[in-house]
Amino acid sequence: MKRWTTFVAAAAMAIAASTTAFAARTDLVLGMVLEPPHLDPTAGAAAAIREVVYANVFEGLTRIGPSGEVLPALAESWTVSDDGKVYTFKLHSGVKFHDGSDFGADDVKFSLDRARAADSTNAQKGLFEAIDTVEVVDPTTVKVTLKHPQGAFLYNMGWGDAVIVSPKSADTNKEKPIGTGPFKFDSWARGSSIKLAKSDSYWGEPVQLDKAEFRIIPDASAALPALLSGDVQAFPNMPVGDSLPQIQADPRFKVVIGSTEGETILTMNNKKPPFDNLKVRQAISRALDRQAIIDGASTGLGTPIGSHFSPANKDYIDLTGTYPHDIAKAKELLKEAGLENGFKTTLKLPPPTYARDGGQVIASELREIGIDAEIIPLEWADWLKQVFTDKDYDLTIVSHVEPNDIGIYARKDYYFNYDSPAFDKVMRDLDLTTDETKRSELYGEAQKILAQDAPVGFLFELPKIGVWDAKIEGLWENAPIPANDLTKVKWVD
Amino acid sequence: MTHTATPHGFADFLARAFASRSFVLGLVITAAIALMALVSFFWTPYDVTKLVVQNRMLPPSWVHPLGTDQFGRDVLSMIMVGARNSIAVALVAVGIGMGVGVPLGCLAAARGGWQDEAVMRFNDVVFAFPALLSAIMITAVFGPGAVNAIIAIGIFNIPVFARVARAGALAIWPREFILAARAAGKGKASITIEHILPNIATMLLVQGTIQFALGILAEAGLSYVGLGAQPPMPSWGRMLFDAQTRMMVMPTLAIFPGLAIVITVLGLNLLGDGASDALDPKLAGRR
Amino acid sequence: MTAYLLNRLITGLATLLVASLVVFAVLEVLPGDPARLMLGMNATPDAVEALREQMGLNQPVPLRYLDWIGGMLSLDLGKSYTYSVPVLDLVKERVAVSLPLAVIALVLSVAIAIPVGAFAAQRRGRAGDTLSMGAAQIGVAVPNFWFALILIYIFAVWLRLVPAGGFPGWSAGVWPALKALILPAIALALPQAAILARVTRSSLVEVLGEDFIRTARAKGLPFDRVLWRHALRNALIPVVTIVGLQFSFLLAGTIIIENVFYLPGLGRLIFQAITQRDLIVVESVVMLLVASVIVVNLLVDLSYAVVDPRLRAR
Repeated sequence: MKRWTTFVAAAAMAIAASTTAFAARTDLVLGMVLEPPHLDPTAGAAAAIREVVYANVFEGLTRIGPSGEVLPALAESWTVSDDGKVYTFKLHSGVKFHDGSDFGADDVKFSLDRARAADSTNAQKGLFEAIDTVEVVDPTTVKVTLKHPQGAFLYNMGWGDAVIVSPKSADTNKEKPIGTGPFKFDSWARGSSIKLAKSDSYWGEPVQLDKAEFRIIPDASAALPALLSGDVQAFPNMPVGDSLPQIQADPRFKVVIGSTEGETILTMNNKKPPFDNLKVRQAISRALDRQAIIDGASTGLGTPIGSHFSPANKDYIDLTGTYPHDIAKAKELLKEAGLENGFKTTLKLPPPTYARDGGQVIASELREIGIDAEIIPLEWADWLKQVFTDKDYDLTIVSHVEPNDIGIYARKDYYFNYDSPAFDKVMRDLDLTTDETKRSELYGEAQKILAQDAPVGFLFELPKIGVWDAKIEGLWENAPIPANDLTKVKWVD
Repeated sequence: MTHTATPHGFADFLARAFASRSFVLGLVITAAIALMALVSFFWTPYDVTKLVVQNRMLPPSWVHPLGTDQFGRDVLSMIMVGARNSIAVALVAVGIGMGVGVPLGCLAAARGGWQDEAVMRFNDVVFAFPALLSAIMITAVFGPGAVNAIIAIGIFNIPVFARVARAGALAIWPREFILAARAAGKGKASITIEHILPNIATMLLVQGTIQFALGILAEAGLSYVGLGAQPPMPSWGRMLFDAQTRMMVMPTLAIFPGLAIVITVLGLNLLGDGASDALDPKLAGRR
Repeated sequence: MTAYLLNRLITGLATLLVASLVVFAVLEVLPGDPARLMLGMNATPDAVEALREQMGLNQPVPLRYLDWIGGMLSLDLGKSYTYSVPVLDLVKERVAVSLPLAVIALVLSVAIAIPVGAFAAQRRGRAGDTLSMGAAQIGVAVPNFWFALILIYIFAVWLRLVPAGGFPGWSAGVWPALKALILPAIALALPQAAILARVTRSSLVEVLGEDFIRTARAKGLPFDRVLWRHALRNALIPVVTIVGLQFSFLLAGTIIIENVFYLPGLGRLIFQAITQRDLIVVESVVMLLVASVIVVNLLVDLSYAVVDPRLRAR
């Protein structure tokens, strides 16, 4: 009898499975360009790590939503003390890690303490810098006390670097990530693909997909055939290059051009002559034809920016008119700076296409006003050493992809070598302000100071060119943080 | 290499070479490419350092016979300037190979013993490193660029010339006229310079042509992977790399620079074949 | 023969030792910090320092060299800085792509070159000879990565018969994996086949001029039989030499082709490892490649003895 019932149950399940398969697919293959070095977001900066595990495998106290908003995650609610220094998080109960162990307040304390410990290798250790103590109140309550109020604290806790890990698996998350998310890690064929599977013990709303695979396809020439043949059904950030019109014309696919948090800028070494002269920086800003740069560096896609702020952010103001493209005016400014014969300089370029191709266009534009910029291509490791760490550079191009990172202009000893007491004050005020309207105003002010001072040449916001099967719903259109959140993704007919 | 040094003079060699069809064809192609590179110093249809992004990716037309690239540069002009780059890199690399390899080879042949052994072991070590791999490491340390590409390719020419020079010299040392010179009290160094080198020169030249062709291919490969000449200097390999992602939209971008490489290498190989047949008439029909 | 082999073996080991020193020294002066690269632009200095300590980068140089050499002797190649998995596993995964690719390409190259070379030798001076050797002359001049691009355009983009790049892994089944290797193998094989065909032809032409062939023909044996049975066997020595050289070339030559086709092989691994300053991986892979070149050369020497019994006595 027992055997009989199991048989019926199995048959019923098989039928159920086949009908659901009939109704909608539950598997998805996504293409991605860069392979993550490993899968632990708390021990590496690579965006590719987050593009696989964020919100899928690992969760934090809070999370960032599709429009960059802060949403509750493992913390179902929280209260903030009046002085803005004490955050009390109420955690969900019944949450389990993928290895079956229970999640609780101890794990939160462990994770936050680990991220800010002396031997921490967290790539964004600065996020935790304001934390003074983390206390376990009871198994589902955690109290975090800050050294000083921090307006962006809840946002910070939503970064991939702040996800909660279990003490048992913290050291092995790189190869075998164990989190609390709706998907668990399945397998990784290095150099080709990473597979995730639905986690049956998920505490929250169950996901629609049973299987998800991230396939590593590093180039447009391979990406397009993979998409056209159906091997890959979604390419959330596709290197389409010049083939975009071809895909857009194909009704099988949906093409979504969204924005990222990547402000692409021509950085000038603000302490090194002649870039310490505002007139020279203004001249360079005016020599830049942003549309031509976008055409050459990003096949015409991307939004021009006039300051260091994402156009997708609600506090964005358009400052692209501050120093519009004007060669005559640029030459005049150089003359005023005493450099009417131009000068020789170097332009150090990291590997991404936007930098290497954009650099060629910019070098050609600078030649128009008499600046002879020698192009020096660098590998990332060299770039980080020479430009970023040693500040041994004149000009460079890079995209700053961290979300909401205008604060980097206030950092002492940052590679911009930029120093503005007025800007620093705005940043300090922002940290002490929690009122949303007031914060918006301050962000506006900060953007304006940068636009006027032109410490760097503001170029464009990197686009996110998402291409996926028209029958797929729920993928993010923008990329407020690097992530491929699959929690709401489903196939429809 | 099975060459034996020819007792005939250089004039005989040239006469035989010009009688060979492949030599003449190779010479014509090589001269045409060299001329194109020379002309590019004074004139190209368009300035390759000025980017006109509005004109990007135009198909071939009367205005741009081979079309334009992703920055609106004229592809014909880029191929002309690229020829200059390919030739310069390959030529200097062969020069390095000859400059270091030939003395080493001659030394090994003249001295024998441990010096010979040392040169041959050095050759083994260099040969054991896959050339491309070492080129990648060299450029990783010193940064990509035409100069480092030259060094990387040049290093691998050294053992080649050392071997050819040693083999050639060893064949000549036992000859009577050398023995006579030795009996007259001449030193090994002056014999090498006065008698050995002139007798192996043609052979080295032929090997040089072959290495030149290989150098062009190697340079193209290095710049294809981003380790050769850097923008704004155009190079054929780099043009192919840039064309790869646009092949679906504009295949001509990948076709023309590739043809330029094939034609140049073909010309040099024909030249080398014809020359080595002329060097060793016994071999002539076998190629 | 034994003494000769012993000599070769010792030379090989010495070469490896020199190679290990060179590689280690080169990588030691390579600018850039793997820890900083891993943690990115926002990392605090103490976090970078902590990671350096964890990776063992703060140990003195000679100690690290000895560690590495010692590890290699016990087949423990250490842990990759970036992937944080044992280098040996990583290398095994990649060899499973590169080795089959090189072998297929070599087999293809030999399978094309020997018949073509023999055909040309047979028709020496006639149209067939001129035509096939002309084609070979062009084949030698074609850069394999350009040929690869053209193959991709025709067979992947236009006809959509095979994938344009990537590798599904052997776990996806033998056929899909092989399908991904077809174009790269052809791209690698044809230029090599062109060289080999020329060598085969000239070696055959030489052998055909020798006395024993004339004797065989004088005895009334048909030309084809003389060519395939007697001449080819004797013409093999230069061919085998070139095949050996080509195999070493193919192993390393896959570096560029793997980049064209985005195959996760040794070539891409080493490229990626150099840019990511995953030095321990670079060192191991270079040593592996150097060792395989030495072994292949040794095998070539041994095969002379098999091909030509006269050499066995030596």
